[in-house]
Amino acid sequence: MGRYLARRLLVAVPTLVAISFVVYGILALAPGDPLSQLALNPNIPLEVQERIRHSMGLDEPWHIRYVKWFLALLRGDMGFSYVGFSPVGDLIWQRLPNTLWVVGLAYIVGAIIGIPIGVLSAAKRYSVFDHTATTFAFIGFSLPTFFTGILLILLFSVKLHWLPFIYDTTRQVHDLDSLIFQVKQSIMPISVLGLADAAILARYVRSEMLEHLPLDYVRTARAKGLHERLVILSHVLRNSLIPVVTIMALGVPTVFAGAIVTEQIFRVNGIGELLVRSIGDSDIPVVSGILFIFAALVIVFNLIADVLYAVLDPRVRYG
Amino acid sequence: MVAGARRLLIEEQFALRKPRSLWSDAWHQFRRHRLALAGLATLTTLVLATLLGPLVYATPTNVIDFSAGLEGPSAMHPFGTDDLGRDILARALFGGRVSMAVGITSVLIAITLGTVVGSIAGFFNTLDNPLMRVTDLFLSLPALPLLLVIIFLFRDVLRAAFGPEVGIFIMIVSVIGVLNWMPVARLVRAQFLSLKRKEFVEAARTVGADDGRIIVRHILPNVLSPVVVAATIGVGGAILTESTLSFLGLGFPPDVPTWGRLLYDAQNFIDLAPHWALFPGLLIFLTVLSINFIGDGLRDALDPRRVG
Repeated sequence: MGRYLARRLLVAVPTLVAISFVVYGILALAPGDPLSQLALNPNIPLEVQERIRHSMGLDEPWHIRYVKWFLALLRGDMGFSYVGFSPVGDLIWQRLPNTLWVVGLAYIVGAIIGIPIGVLSAAKRYSVFDHTATTFAFIGFSLPTFFTGILLILLFSVKLHWLPFIYDTTRQVHDLDSLIFQVKQSIMPISVLGLADAAILARYVRSEMLEHLPLDYVRTARAKGLHERLVILSHVLRNSLIPVVTIMALGVPTVFAGAIVTEQIFRVNGIGELLVRSIGDSDIPVVSGILFIFAALVIVFNLIADVLYAVLDPRVRYG
Repeated sequence: MVAGARRLLIEEQFALRKPRSLWSDAWHQFRRHRLALAGLATLTTLVLATLLGPLVYATPTNVIDFSAGLEGPSAMHPFGTDDLGRDILARALFGGRVSMAVGITSVLIAITLGTVVGSIAGFFNTLDNPLMRVTDLFLSLPALPLLLVIIFLFRDVLRAAFGPEVGIFIMIVSVIGVLNWMPVARLVRAQFLSLKRKEFVEAARTVGADDGRIIVRHILPNVLSPVVVAATIGVGGAILTESTLSFLGLGFPPDVPTWGRLLYDAQNFIDLAPHWALFPGLLIFLTVLSINFIGDGLRDALDPRRVG
């Protein structure tokens, strides 16, 4: 196990470096001056502009800047925002809890809804339940999240006035009323993401279960007189969940990307919203910081998926 | 005697039956998938509507009439109007052309790239490992964030080179294509790895076919079915991606009405004019849903071994 982990890490680290290089390269090779805002300001003389440029190291070639940026990144320093004039790390740390709250809960909700539906669908294949669940799953992953969000707002905020349509991150939870408010404002952003996840998971679980149902060990379990529920839950489901767990780990980065859209609809102050705004402001240090975090998430969860697969499935040799 | 008569009967039946091809078999199987058929009918209607609609429905997409702003559906404007009084049906019909063109073109790029990389990696052992490492690297790229950044940074260059609409089209289509070829490459590679050891490839080599001919004429046709399925579902995904970009305000320029862009503009008027968001949203949903059902039907039709 230790050697397997070490080998996976040996692949992951160069990949992360390569990705950071690609991301930085794209940003650096892009046309457009990151300090163009400064150039437009008539109060800053040209020589001062040059000095600012020099002090930020922008007059150096981009591969040198990349090495400096990467070395600083290793120390946890992601540079300064051009717009907010505060460290990029602080900006991201401020917003990360909001994103994690929405994205994390949505993923859990998705799993809680999706997995049982997938199991039931497979156990009662071609029943009315299966057909209904399949249809809903198809609807679930054909509905764009931004449209689901708008539909929910239209129904629950505009027509029924039940839920607020802006997610207010300044509210603190300190008593029952504020907790109720927090729950109310979380319902829509979480269900938008959660329902999309549930649809995908339900399909995966269903098809994994159907792969396992005709296998010999299932027949053996039935032949020795086990109750069908036990056969499904403790034999088939346990084996089917192995690939599902990996799929869930691999899906985490996609879910974060989905948060970009949700945060935009419900005005959640998260990192997705920060990314979209920083792109609009040409705030290159913030954009590269967030992109690097997304890339790191992908690689870390790939690693977690590999390790989980190896732990859960004894047939996988640590080769 | 009886056995002989029976054989004759069977032979007669076979003689009467038309020769069956892969595609007629597939169509026969596909027709049994009711939702896929419904999807095909819906998609055909939508495609015809976006292609022929603007010819029949002659209302222009960009005539501004403030006196008719934010009106609900009526006989004059079946989908209502936006805040500037522009007709939403006309804009949605035009937007459909853009969405479908983006979906199909970017998937063609992804499929071509994926098939080329996958075939080379699967066929030539020495190139397998480096090409698959590149595939893994691309799979590790955060697709949506990167897409947003690339489009924002490079759109001015392409706009200057090809004009605002064509420039953005080339940009969006190629970026979606370049970020989505990896699953196809893996699929094609896996098929190549198993097919290149088969007897028919051996036979082709024995009669003197070179590598290029074996890849193109002998192995690729066998890989076609899963690629067709992946491509179909990919079109739906690409349409979703394009409308997501437009919804985030980073797609086509504001005067090109794509479905995502209509929703982006509509979201601030959701309380006053819900129809503005509903119609384009429903169109995206219906298109992607029918494509997904068609993809599911095709998978059933083209892959007899699949369960589920």
